[in-house]
Amino acid sequence: MNTRQQSKLIYSWYGKPLNSDRKLRTSQYTGILITSESTKTEACIQLGDFILVEGVNADQPYVAQLMDLYEDGAQHKRAVVQWFCRLEEIPQNKRKLLKREISAQEVFFDQVLGYDTDIAAETIIKSIMVLPLHLGEELPIITLNREQTFYVRQSWDGKCFKVLSPDTFSKLKEANKKRGVITNSSKAFIPSDILTPVKRETGSVVRSATKSKNPDMEIESKHSTSKSSLAKERHSQRVANNDIKTPTARKKLELNSPTRSKSRLLGCEVLGLLDDDCDSIAPLEPSATKRKVKFPSEILGSPPKIPCSNDKSKSTIETAEERQRFSETMQFSPYTKVKDFSEKDKNLHEKDDILSLVGYQKPSSQIPVLTPRSRRTCAQKTSALIAEQISMLDQEDFQSGSDSSYSSNSEEEEDDDMPCTPEKKPKSSRIFSTPKSSRKSAVHTPAKTPKKTPLQGTPRTPRTPRTPRNATPEIPRRIQAAQEPASVLEEARLRLHVSAIPESLPCREEEFQDIYNFVESKLIDGTGGCMYISGVPGTGKTATVHEVIRCLQQAAENEELPPFQFVEINGMKLTDPHQAYVQILEFLTGQKVTATHAAVLLAKLFSTPGPKRKTTVLIVDELDLLWTRKQNVMYNLFDWPTQKHSKLIILAIANTMDLPERIMMNRVASRLGLTRMSFQPYTYKQLQQIVSSRLKGVKAFEEDAVQLVSRKVAALSGDARRCLDICRRATEICEFARQKRTPEIVRMAHVTEAIDEMFSSPYVNAIRNASLHEQIFLKAILAEFRRAGIEEATVQQIYHHYVALCRVEGLQSPTVSEIMAICSRLGACRLLLVEASNKYLHMRVRLNLSQDDVMYALREE
Amino acid sequence: MRPTARPSSARAPASLREPRIQPMKPSAMNKRKLKESSAESAENISQVQKILRERFCHHCAAGKLFGMEQQYRHLLELLKRTTVHGESNSALIIGPRGSGKTALLNHVLKDLREMKQVRENLLEVHLNGLLQTNDKVALKEITRQLQLENVVGDKVFGSFAENLAFLLEALRKGDRTSSCPILFVLDEFDLFVHHKNQTLLYNLFDISQSAQTPVTVIGLTCRQDILELLEKRVKSRFSHRQIYLTNSFDFKQYIKIFKKQLSLPDEFPDESFAQKWNNNVQHLSEDKTVQAVLQNLFHHTKDLRSLHLLLMLAGSAVTVHHPLLTAADLQEASRHHSTDSKANIVHGLSVLEICLIIAMKHLNEVYDGEPFNFQMVYNEFQKFIQRKAHSMYNFEKPVVMKAFEHLLQLELVQPLERPSVRAQREYLLMKLLLDSSQIMEALQVYPNCPTDVKQWAASSLSWL
Repeated sequence: MNTRQQSKLIYSWYGKPLNSDRKLRTSQYTGILITSESTKTEACIQLGDFILVEGVNADQPYVAQLMDLYEDGAQHKRAVVQWFCRLEEIPQNKRKLLKREISAQEVFFDQVLGYDTDIAAETIIKSIMVLPLHLGEELPIITLNREQTFYVRQSWDGKCFKVLSPDTFSKLKEANKKRGVITNSSKAFIPSDILTPVKRETGSVVRSATKSKNPDMEIESKHSTSKSSLAKERHSQRVANNDIKTPTARKKLELNSPTRSKSRLLGCEVLGLLDDDCDSIAPLEPSATKRKVKFPSEILGSPPKIPCSNDKSKSTIETAEERQRFSETMQFSPYTKVKDFSEKDKNLHEKDDILSLVGYQKPSSQIPVLTPRSRRTCAQKTSALIAEQISMLDQEDFQSGSDSSYSSNSEEEEDDDMPCTPEKKPKSSRIFSTPKSSRKSAVHTPAKTPKKTPLQGTPRTPRTPRTPRNATPEIPRRIQAAQEPASVLEEARLRLHVSAIPESLPCREEEFQDIYNFVESKLIDGTGGCMYISGVPGTGKTATVHEVIRCLQQAAENEELPPFQFVEINGMKLTDPHQAYVQILEFLTGQKVTATHAAVLLAKLFSTPGPKRKTTVLIVDELDLLWTRKQNVMYNLFDWPTQKHSKLIILAIANTMDLPERIMMNRVASRLGLTRMSFQPYTYKQLQQIVSSRLKGVKAFEEDAVQLVSRKVAALSGDARRCLDICRRATEICEFARQKRTPEIVRMAHVTEAIDEMFSSPYVNAIRNASLHEQIFLKAILAEFRRAGIEEATVQQIYHHYVALCRVEGLQSPTVSEIMAICSRLGACRLLLVEASNKYLHMRVRLNLSQDDVMYALREE
Repeated sequence: MRPTARPSSARAPASLREPRIQPMKPSAMNKRKLKESSAESAENISQVQKILRERFCHHCAAGKLFGMEQQYRHLLELLKRTTVHGESNSALIIGPRGSGKTALLNHVLKDLREMKQVRENLLEVHLNGLLQTNDKVALKEITRQLQLENVVGDKVFGSFAENLAFLLEALRKGDRTSSCPILFVLDEFDLFVHHKNQTLLYNLFDISQSAQTPVTVIGLTCRQDILELLEKRVKSRFSHRQIYLTNSFDFKQYIKIFKKQLSLPDEFPDESFAQKWNNNVQHLSEDKTVQAVLQNLFHHTKDLRSLHLLLMLAGSAVTVHHPLLTAADLQEASRHHSTDSKANIVHGLSVLEICLIIAMKHLNEVYDGEPFNFQMVYNEFQKFIQRKAHSMYNFEKPVVMKAFEHLLQLELVQPLERPSVRAQREYLLMKLLLDSSQIMEALQVYPNCPTDVKQWAASSLSWL
């Protein structure tokens, strides 16, 4: 069967246009029909229904309420929605405000401005259920239907959580009720296929058992499976065809769906059924608890079961009987539906300790069926899931099973049974249950990286390199508390550490403003762009950019700016340039895929428009390390912002000013654009200001001492890190030198010592402390150089001078072995550059420092 | 890790490794008493040898530090601040081989661990450039030593990229006040510089310069030009804290070190023996010949490891018969220590081979060090034979060729280029790896050398 053909979806309006605007050429509708061509299934979604909308992450579709449906002038079907946001969509730091545990099924009434509420109707997946609850109210025990029932207690406006206003609450209640009515009324046009598959199936199974209607059953079971994987296929198809502009390019699903579609041909189809089974049974549970009154009426159809349902042994016998019937059907059908029942029963027996039945439920055909599924871990997980669910309410399970098997008109019953769950249930249950059972659970589990404004202190969102066990790497905590600085000097040292984050970045105000304005304007316009920032190390490039992001996040929180997400990659922290894709994708969606795949997904993500998508600010630090021979990575990075819908702002940071001209191809450099900024090395005044701003309020340094350091560093490199390090070292020297307990401030002498320590050439000192023969050897080298006139000599040549010099000094002349030892010692220190030692006497030697330096070092003595 | 250290212990004479207890031949009188005393002294000797062996072979933290008090204080303060205040730092310990870099670090770490505020409050990661030859291996080793792999669980440790992301994530999570500080010790630091992009160094230094888990990176290297090897971004992140170790002691201190290294500790079981031994050591240090030996060594190298080697050689002479070191022992050891290995090989050559070497020496003199081939050497040898036909047997050419090839195998002669199949062996260009002074010295001690050969060696013109 061709999956793609099969899962082609057609969206059509339900009913006549309510009213149309001639001028705008828009017309409004009350509902939309989603027809799956291949399976001939239709689903109707009405205004006021709660729906799932395709999002960035297919595992986590967005939840929304359908407010309006219309067709715009260009014949595009549009929908206006009221968003609900999941916990994952709320920034990490804001989650604390809730002060309570949030179940995965709880959503928040979204009052954040700035989300696009006008979406393409084609992104609607299906309808679901959202129940409003009061704050204090306990969550109804959701065990079975959890994948498609959501609860809303509070609203979220981007800053704080509020209790639902009575108005909203009643509206939501209303919507739920209304939907119940609508579903009932719309029953008329719902094809009979739109049932929870299992009911239908079991019904058919029973029928086939009694009436031997094999072909019928086969078809239906196909339907149910195809339906179940419909949502997935749809996704994958979209990815593949790209016919409908979805923001979610989800290759991952494709990985899943083929296994499903293939399995359909085999007995493994059971898998799909198995999932359907538990999911479709699941919806019964809440309704059963909630609508106790209704229960008897529907149970009427199956009187014999109810009394038994409490009595487990009896009920299992009943099921055993049932199964016997099934195993009979199994002979007719190649699909061996029995499998899942027996599987289920197995779980049951484990619970009920009725072992006598275990032997019974081992038809010989079961083993071959088992083998293909046992290969798949997901199947095992599914069975575990079933075990869990069944263990929680096996009674209802039986009831429903018996209900459906005994009821001839199961359609009506179903609708009575769960009036709040619309026809599309199988699909919705599918899409939610799959991640659980899929092998990609590792991807699913990590909390989606907060997409709005991440924490202030830690601008980087966690990259979550989670392992399958969901382990979080952590350095052990220290046992004893860290000491706080006790003296002025210690306090100063703490503040002077490069890692200390100052309140503001002095001397980079202009650059800060430029970058801020650039990003802000792009944010407001909702467009993308690139900026290239260059400067030698230690000139505050990264710090300034981070500061800009911090301020922008502040502004976004205060709703002065549209919200954005912030991603940072660092070329030095990547093992390979292509890993950049992986990291960006992981930041954005939490997925972990291979580099090539990530590149495809990102390209899709940035080239397609999506509802609710925020602008992304991407910092690429150490850009030059992303260079590859074909420059693919750079090209892609700078190409995305130019796409119409990308909403991507890139701030690229590197050291060299002319990097675009030097290493980039023309097409890459052209895309990078001309928005450039270069950070000049700090002047001594700026460095002085940086140090004194950090030391504000702490009297630890003499003014002149700071100035000396600043001038020295400014003359050498203008590296602020160096400046701070020297100052820090000076405090140590000062502390080291001071008398007992007398407060001391850092003076010129200390600073000079620190500077000398850091910048003095080690060679001279090394030569002075070398042994006598090593010094003579160096002298011999100088003599040989002078004689030959070239700065290279073999050991043999030097040896002759050496022996002569030893005679002059009155020393015993050493053996050649000793000379070689001396030579290799000096070579290891890199005072000399020497060749490989296997050449022995013919090894060539060169000085690694100037002859003058050697002469100077030797003469002093 | 120290190429020179290990061989020294390996080369230790057998007597030091396995203290030999030589049974004394009991004299007729006082047999039992003598036996007892001999057993006792044997016990003492083996004790002495054990102590000295430990001192010289393992440069352990127990050994004393000489002339590096300031560096010691600097490093101790640095690491103390890391552990107590959670301050991140980076430093390099630079010094020539054998200057005590590792000893200093071990010493500081040992003292640090004994401190109350520090105990159990410091994680250590030791890496060695010779073992962790690339960043991938190094990352795995870091993860292992930080015991983070238990977090990874049963997962086979993933790709290099995952690994790096994992570790960076782990380190980023910490902060100054709450996380346990980590000390990274990078031995043979200069080898880490050659890793691709210096990724590991960049990340370690970057962490040490940002508000993450407090880390201190200590690099040990003998290269003085190490800072020039760092990439500019890595260099900027390095704090430029360099602790230089130079053997800056003079000869008086050297003698003191010699005494300290040889003396027995106070806790030696047999006090009288220890007294005797220590007195002897004191006596030795004042002895002229011993001082001359030490002076010679001191002039050659201030490396304490070569002193250890010398003392090890001397100490191996200590037996029950000969319980105390003498100046002669040291002299003998010094002679061993400074012999020329190539010249030693020459002693074992046949007369024909010696003749060939002399021929080569003359060729070198005539052509001023230009390379020669076998044919030239053979011709030179023939000239000599023709002159002194009565004293030398005229070997046939293949025999001479064989002798020449033996010299090639001994690496006294080295071909300029690899011998190819086409080139005739006679015409391969060669170089002599011996200096003429070495040849003359070797001839001096060569046993039963014909006088003609000696004369020929002295001058190529002797036939005139």
